[in-house]
Amino acid sequence: MGGEMGKIFTLVEHRRGQIHDISFELLTKGRDLAAQLNSEVVALVLGHGTEEVVERVKGEAHQVLWVKGESLKEPNAEAYQIVLSHILKEYNPFLTLIGHTALGMDLAPPLAASLDIPLATDCVGIELEDKRVITIRQPYNGKLNARVSFADAPAFMITLRQGSFPSEEGNLTGKVVDIPSPLEKEPDYRRFVEYIEAAVGEVDITQADVIIAVGRGIKEKENLALLEDLADSLGGVLACSRPIVDEGWLSKDRQVGSSGKTVKPKLYMAIGISGAFQHITGMKNADTIVAINKDPNAPIFNVAHYGIVDDLFKVVPVLKKKILELKG
Amino acid sequence: MDIVVCIKRVPETAEAEIKVDSSGKDILKERLTFDINESDNYALEEAILLKEKRGGTVTLISVGPPECEDTIRMGLAKGADQAIRVSNEGFGELDGFATAEILKNTIQDLSYDLILTGCMATDDGYSQVGPTLAELLGIPHAVLVTKVDLQDGNARVERELEGGLLEALEIKLPALFAIQTGINEPRYASLIAIRRAAAKEIKVLNAQAIGLERPTLRTRVENLFPPPVGKRAEILKGGAEETSKRLAQIYKSKGII
Ligand SMILES: Cc1cc2nc3c(=O)[nH]c(=O)nc-3n(C[C@H](O)[C@H](O)[C@H](O)COP(=O)(O)OP(=O)(O)OC[C@H]3O[C@@H](n4cnc5c(N)ncnc54)[C@H](O)[C@@H]3O)c2cc1C
Ligand SMILES: Nc1ncnc2c1ncn2[C@@H]1O[C@H](COP(=O)(O)O)[C@@H](O)[C@H]1O
Repeated sequence: MGGEMGKIFTLVEHRRGQIHDISFELLTKGRDLAAQLNSEVVALVLGHGTEEVVERVKGEAHQVLWVKGESLKEPNAEAYQIVLSHILKEYNPFLTLIGHTALGMDLAPPLAASLDIPLATDCVGIELEDKRVITIRQPYNGKLNARVSFADAPAFMITLRQGSFPSEEGNLTGKVVDIPSPLEKEPDYRRFVEYIEAAVGEVDITQADVIIAVGRGIKEKENLALLEDLADSLGGVLACSRPIVDEGWLSKDRQVGSSGKTVKPKLYMAIGISGAFQHITGMKNADTIVAINKDPNAPIFNVAHYGIVDDLFKVVPVLKKKILELKG
Repeated sequence: MDIVVCIKRVPETAEAEIKVDSSGKDILKERLTFDINESDNYALEEAILLKEKRGGTVTLISVGPPECEDTIRMGLAKGADQAIRVSNEGFGELDGFATAEILKNTIQDLSYDLILTGCMATDDGYSQVGPTLAELLGIPHAVLVTKVDLQDGNARVERELEGGLLEALEIKLPALFAIQTGINEPRYASLIAIRRAAAKEIKVLNAQAIGLERPTLRTRVENLFPPPVGKRAEILKGGAEETSKRLAQIYKSKGII
């Protein structure tokens, strides 16, 4: 089966003292796989001033490997790569799990390449079939699923999509092992300079009860007026998917999704939005979700409570009228 | 400043019906339209903008079938100087790592200060080829880049983290940046430029020419299947009149209006 003990290593992602949710999803999946393999899950914590992080994840793993160093103060993919390739070579785990996050996308591909091991990215499922690892991915913007197998290798790496795996509280008592950092200072070829906070906009969509979100289906900037009218009739605010911001039609603070805002309104209407997972991450917990899309197979209908399969330009004006009528 | 841009021709799938072919491992492509991958279009624009500011050349590379020369030509029309297509015939199945390996073999003999890729191809969605290529070439990288400022031998870039937070980094050149959408406003090519680009040469290389007969295939798609239907939405039936009326009633009953 490869890998000395068949152990599962998971990277604990944290930034500015906050542990990323994905870390607990990785640990939960790691425990599940370790149980199937009769082995152990190991949490990897890299950083500087990470006592609280280690305290928090101790109960989630059989062991915590703790690498401390000032050079690891901010998660820098190139610095992490040097440390992790060192550790993974030494401990030789069967499987390494990393989040498919801004950090994971930067780190996992070069790390796997430098270790010469297979990597499957952005996975939404992992199955063990006779000790063979199979992953499930979602190519074509979530319109299809793919079963992906690995070539024979002593070890494998997988990045997991956030929100695809449950996150449960662990009840282990992980032994904390200090590892001296093999890295004295941040690599000079890639240096962290600063964080730049998101700009504050005129409206805070995270506070709105009703959100009318518009996507690329709107086609032209001029058509936004139609949606503004609908938002007005419902006393809601306008938000959008990423392409609308990329086009410069609405400001960044209106963007919902993994690289925008996370919202939880009473009503979320997704209009002309396909439902890419980066968008869904930001709105799936709304009380009521309504999607209007002309494509009956749009993934957005998998998270919506109510759907209308039709041309938005036909529906939206009529809907506004009906709402105003009912409001009386 | 010599810049290499890796571009991929991908099917437009957001509005299309996607069907699995008889092999079970690929999709039926006949009825789909193809275009440059979204983030690659931003990478291409960024390269042209940097060239306009600092001089130098822009070289396009695409691994794919002859049809992707349409995509390449559009890039030449927009302002790229030269282009290479690596013919994918003979390679067989490719994954993210194998694609990066092919690109590495193609690029390693070129002179470059900067390599730009998209951050994700919308067909396979690996988000893997760019940073893997950087590792294989032994140069630094950053992904999800939304701003590039070149200084002497260095670049100050901004990259996107989650929730609107950015981080600024200083990276030594040569380097590879995987560009995120929205970094600039991609231009359209003029008709004259498109006509001129039609006559430009696209260098076609095969496996032998790049000295890589068999890329390393580390992952393999066993089969494609429709996503399991979970909790599906209740689809309101009828024309706009009926569906709108019903939805307005639902809003009323939920106290939204
Ligand atoms: C790292 C990363 C981070 C990202 N972060 C985000 C994020 O925070 N938020 C986000 O939204 N995206 C994000 N994305 C982009 C995401 O992957 C998708 O590309 C994006 O969400 C698609 O937006 P869309 O649904 O508006 O457009 P498309 O996917 O193009 O969908 C348009 C939809 O409109 C429908 N439509 C077209 N015309 C009509 C009509 N007349 N009537 C009705 N329906 C119509 C179509 O059927 C289609 O479903 C991110 C991507 C990456 C790689
Ligand atoms: N066949 C290809 N030819 C040229 N560039 C590619 C190819 N496949 C991927 N790329 C580049 O790598 C980026 C990321 O692709 P991926 O890792 O497949 O999501 C793309 O945006 C392209 O810039």
